[in-house]
Amino acid sequence: MTGIDTGKFADSNGPQPATPKKPSKGAAALTWADDRLGLASLAKKQLRKVFPDHWSFMLGEVALWSFVVLLLTGVFLTLWFNPSMAEVDYHGSYDQWRGVHMSAAFASTLEISFDVRGGLLMRQMHHWAAMVFIGGMFVHMIRVFCTGAFRKPRELNWVIGALILLLGILAGFSGYSLPDDLLSGTGMRIADGLVKATPVLGSYMSFFMFGGEYPGAIIISRLYMVHILLIPALILALIGAHMLLLVYHKHTQWPGPGRTEKNVVGYPMMPVYMAKMGGFFFTVFGVIALMGGTLGMNPVWMYGPYDPAKVTAGSQPDWYMGFAEGLLRIMPGWETHIFGHTISWNILVPGQLVAMAIFITFVAWPFLEAWVSGDKREHHLLQRPRNAPTRTAFLAAMMTLYGLLWAAGGNDILATQLHLSLNSITYFMRVAVFVLPVIAFIVTRRWCISLQRHDNEMILHGYETGIIMRSAEGGYSEKHLPLSEDKVYALTARSRDEVYAPDAETDANGVKAPGTRAQRLRARLSRAMYADNVQKPTREELEEAHHHSDHEAELQSGLDHPASGHEFDGHHQHDAGDMPLRGGH
Amino acid sequence: MSDKDLEGAGSELAATTPDPVPDPGLPPHHWRPTDVDPKAERRAERQVAGWFLFSALCTVSFIFSYFRFQVGDNWDTFLGLGASTLFLGLSLSGALLGIGIGIIQSARKLMSDQEIVEMRHPASSPEEDRKKVVEMLGLGIEEASIARRPLVRNSLLGAIALVGLAPIVMLRDLGPLPQDVNNAEEGLGLEHTVWREGMRVVTGVTGRPLRASDLQIGDLVNAAPEIEHADVGDWHQLHGHELLISKAKSALILLRMEPRDLTPWEGREDWDVEGIVAYSKICTHVGCPISLNERTTHHLLCPCHQTTFDLADNGKVVFGPGARALPQLPLAVDSEGFLVARSDFTEPVGPSYWERDSK
Repeated sequence: MTGIDTGKFADSNGPQPATPKKPSKGAAALTWADDRLGLASLAKKQLRKVFPDHWSFMLGEVALWSFVVLLLTGVFLTLWFNPSMAEVDYHGSYDQWRGVHMSAAFASTLEISFDVRGGLLMRQMHHWAAMVFIGGMFVHMIRVFCTGAFRKPRELNWVIGALILLLGILAGFSGYSLPDDLLSGTGMRIADGLVKATPVLGSYMSFFMFGGEYPGAIIISRLYMVHILLIPALILALIGAHMLLLVYHKHTQWPGPGRTEKNVVGYPMMPVYMAKMGGFFFTVFGVIALMGGTLGMNPVWMYGPYDPAKVTAGSQPDWYMGFAEGLLRIMPGWETHIFGHTISWNILVPGQLVAMAIFITFVAWPFLEAWVSGDKREHHLLQRPRNAPTRTAFLAAMMTLYGLLWAAGGNDILATQLHLSLNSITYFMRVAVFVLPVIAFIVTRRWCISLQRHDNEMILHGYETGIIMRSAEGGYSEKHLPLSEDKVYALTARSRDEVYAPDAETDANGVKAPGTRAQRLRARLSRAMYADNVQKPTREELEEAHHHSDHEAELQSGLDHPASGHEFDGHHQHDAGDMPLRGGH
Repeated sequence: MSDKDLEGAGSELAATTPDPVPDPGLPPHHWRPTDVDPKAERRAERQVAGWFLFSALCTVSFIFSYFRFQVGDNWDTFLGLGASTLFLGLSLSGALLGIGIGIIQSARKLMSDQEIVEMRHPASSPEEDRKKVVEMLGLGIEEASIARRPLVRNSLLGAIALVGLAPIVMLRDLGPLPQDVNNAEEGLGLEHTVWREGMRVVTGVTGRPLRASDLQIGDLVNAAPEIEHADVGDWHQLHGHELLISKAKSALILLRMEPRDLTPWEGREDWDVEGIVAYSKICTHVGCPISLNERTTHHLLCPCHQTTFDLADNGKVVFGPGARALPQLPLAVDSEGFLVARSDFTEPVGPSYWERDSK
């Protein structure tokens, strides 16, 4: 790459930064602002802050920008939406409901859809953006989880992220209840049933929520406040904290040549990341506009106003509530009647306890993992999912459970579309949610460990070329070529797992030392999580393997020409002089 | 924080000693065609500007579409989609994507792609800062003299804990207590509905009173109490949210069966009229209105969570997550031959709750 005539560089792309020719108006404005705000010291640190580049780091940005789209489109909708359950006669443009009694909330939703130009577009964009927001958060969370990006010092940011996800789901639920249509009313009815199942407090909570008996006259205006003020303010504050911590910790990066735990390699905030992030905001916004314009979403005018005595077949919540719906559907009908009281296990367990348990497990995972591994170091290099087999397997099990519950949430749709018995699907799911996640766990774990072994094979013996060699004695062997130095480094830039072994369980006098039970549990978990993992080769093993491949080379010495291994893979060795510049002249 | 925690608290970043191979260091930077070829550079410039121009054209067409296409029930349609929504969406999308793609294109092709390196620092503060903070905290507490004056400290803590009660108390008026909404006469509360002796059973939609002869064997009818559709005696017709509350509890399902198919529980032998039985339409699981009928089996399915009830067998649950049978409304015929209720439901309708006495 040497020997390029730098004189040929395009003017704007020289290796030296451009210098302004004379003091500009911009500089004067900066001086004015800094005299009052003193921002230069902060900007000095942040303007050229380094962000590493990888496609998976963009997933969180999808969520971030779709939240901004939610704020923008949401403000537009509030200009017309009337969050009132007062009864009105509809006199708008939509023929089918003209003259029908309905709540002002539903009537104003019809007005936005049919009498405000661009109103339906904004409604559909708002709803699609909500789906993208929550979907983006899920995928971002999966990325962070399976690459170990939540490890010290980022545990608190993981917790903040989980809270944003929870709030996002609540925002979604409170939002799609606002139009007061038949489908969302059914959702409220289910929420009322869920709340009422709370032991001791249930009916009080329901009466306080609805201002009396369900459905009351006030829930829509209360949800409106929650949806446009309370939750967005909390989400905004948490996003602020999330971003501040991201900047403070500096972004994680994938290991590679020159990319270590001690540095961060990438492009500077200004200009490259500002441009990429800004451009990406417009891209996300544009894609959501495309969805809002071409893909119909929540056609409330087809459902009609809410009527507690009516329901449509095939009622489905938004997709992110699907797993909770599935839990409710497959739970057997268990109820306990005791001393004149009712405990509804059939609602309490799926609707409150299991959902909470899953959430708490994920929130607590970084702390659990740190306790089991005893690892107190900071980690800034990401792990490949295969290098944390138990964690990856746990995620696979949870995703399997989620997928099953999601399918169970649509068991009636599955039954009618696939011509299956609804009852059989439900019975199958009742068993499958216990069995399939375990199978997914075992398979994923073994799969990861096999991949680790494969990595070690490649590091020690090179990759397979597909060239079969015959030795002078007539034996056959496959030609392997060594990985590049860079590749070997990237594959081995990870720490070795240590299995925790507790100190002697009893002291010298044979008395049990305090805390041994926790220690034993930790040791058991540590063995389960790390004992089967394949560790990267040591230097000695690597040297030994290289010695072996030297020997292999000797076997080939009798050939009339050396086999490079590249005969059939299209990578013929060029002379150095032939090497073109990338995309060259 | 204990000493042990401080010891490992990120003062060392994970080790990077050569294990098993040394760090080869950052690979050399490759120049892009746009860096070295003025022609490629100008082509990239034109591409970027092209995207921005595309965006501008889309914005113009957005404004045009806004005024050109009307909304409403009889909107212009295009490919079956509302023309206004479709063209506003497409042009807005183009306007935004043009800007987004243009900026990203320029970041990739025209801005410097030299990767730079920044060193990390442990998240923790330097040790002397921590010590200083601990000292300052100690000094602050000392100067506040709170530790030495438990009376001040404890009375303050007590007062703060107490003042926290104020906002909680103020939430009391969010709604009435369940036991205060309890009026059998007006059908208020969790245990009552507007059904009462002599209340006519009318169709749910039109409010027409029903006679036994209106139903054929196998007919399923959504029914409601007459009070939801007309004045009854000196009790006025229900409107607004009172109507919604009533509907959420009083909605009824009538099914006519062969009387010999019915297997009523003890005490319910005379609750049907010529094989017509009436059940609450509100699911005992979480309260959805039940609506899907299997005519041949007398089974009724809730569309929300598929709890299935057997109407020939006292509304018992035969499948699904619901736990309790549908409450049955005892029926009779009044002097004019219309179906009426003999009383209110004999148990609370709808989803379970803690105080519900199921016996």
